[in-house]
Amino acid sequence: MTDSLTLMLPQPLLEVSEVSKSFGRLPVLRRVSFGIRAGRITAILGPNAAGKSTVIKTILGLTRADSGRIVVNGNPVSEDPGYRAGIGYMPQAAPFPENLTGREVLAMLRELREEAGEDTGLLRELELEGELSKPVRTMSGGTRQKLNAAVAFMFHPSLLILDEPTAGLDPVASRILKRKIRSVRSEGATVILTSHVLAEVEGLADDLIVLLDGRVAYTGTLRHLVETSGEDGLEGAVAYLMQRPAS
Amino acid sequence: MKPGARVLKHELDNLRRSRWVWGYALLLLLLTDALLRFGGGGPRVVVSLLNVVLLFVPLVSLVFGAMYLYGAREFIELLLAQPVRRPALFVGLYGGLSTSLAAAFAIGVGAPFLWGARGDGSVVGPLAMLMMVGVLLTFAFVALAFLIALLFQDRAKGLGAAIAVWFTATALYDALLVFVVTAFSDYPLETPLIGLTLLNPVDLGRMLLLLQVDTAALMGYTGAVFEKFFGSRAGLVLAAGALIGWTILPFWLGLRRFRMKDF
Repeated sequence: MTDSLTLMLPQPLLEVSEVSKSFGRLPVLRRVSFGIRAGRITAILGPNAAGKSTVIKTILGLTRADSGRIVVNGNPVSEDPGYRAGIGYMPQAAPFPENLTGREVLAMLRELREEAGEDTGLLRELELEGELSKPVRTMSGGTRQKLNAAVAFMFHPSLLILDEPTAGLDPVASRILKRKIRSVRSEGATVILTSHVLAEVEGLADDLIVLLDGRVAYTGTLRHLVETSGEDGLEGAVAYLMQRPAS
Repeated sequence: MKPGARVLKHELDNLRRSRWVWGYALLLLLLTDALLRFGGGGPRVVVSLLNVVLLFVPLVSLVFGAMYLYGAREFIELLLAQPVRRPALFVGLYGGLSTSLAAAFAIGVGAPFLWGARGDGSVVGPLAMLMMVGVLLTFAFVALAFLIALLFQDRAKGLGAAIAVWFTATALYDALLVFVVTAFSDYPLETPLIGLTLLNPVDLGRMLLLLQVDTAALMGYTGAVFEKFFGSRAGLVLAAGALIGWTILPFWLGLRRFRMKDF
């Protein structure tokens, strides 16, 4: 039964195996292991300092694991940056050079990735096209965040990593972005996101990884966590995980 | 075009519109113009500019370089999330900032001479040396600034370290040399002093400029020894090589650190 189920499940697009990371004497990740299934939206949750950002940065190769192994699309995360060609990344804060225009930012990323066929749909939907001729320093925080989102989706990535994607967006832009996230999932892309807004996660995510104190406290479907916790929503289920005694 | 060159191109686009870079150029331009108007002839202005260059260029390069890298941390993270190798990114970032600051220096100091010292042939040699020293000091101290910003995660500590490096190179090191000369005055120190001069880029720049404007005679016997050494072709090449070495060494150490750094 288990074997036939395993065969039916899609192969993980991303596998994190026994990854540990310390900053100085402070352990941040402790033998973290999980898989991210292709074509699904996975949310990484946890309180502050649980290790969410470190996990994301380790997947992107920004931070090196002390031990363990990460495989993305069959390629191990290593010195070779080629595996990142299939990844779209939206950091929490929009970090673009102040004196470049939005259009120049897009051109820079296009040239760096050596990809021409970008997805301009989100630029249109977020009504960014008229803003692209302005220098980043004159853009509002919300406009910068829209540009940040557009950059992540621009090159049709098979894996999207979104760190607090709706933070700083107005409700209209937030709704458009969430619709886009669902739309790329239906087209086969895999999405990893972090968010402190549990209602948003509840509405978007298929799977959950809950990190507590650098360890994986839960990995599985959102529905399963809510059901097994006996709570009536994600907030209660996560609180249940955080308060239950460590096994 | 290679990835490093692509990053460099966009960094130059960004920095050529930076108000800080233009402010630096404007400040140097106003200062040089004022010295040319009120400070006498061309070579004397170069001597007056000497201390400005030796104090101001390292300070601006160190502080602006460190602040720039700290400020660009999240942008660097975004670029590192692209399929780009770390060394290419480092080369682009360093090349963009050091070239922009060196260009601002060259415009700020060089432009006033175009209209203020026209037809004065005596200024050409000293001015060329001033330009070369200013540009090389910019490249060396931006490399040091990048190394400092990569070594210190905390911005305040990094800026403190940058100012400490500036103070050491511009004042403390000379105080140390004076102490050595006084303490060992009974010994022939000329050759060791030449060696010690090579260990400080600011002193190297000062020596090259002073010899170019014939003020070595004011420094007595030591000046004569220095003039004999640095005035020769081999000495000049060694001094310029040491200044370039002061760029290559911190750049290489910074690159090594950048390759291994956790962002």
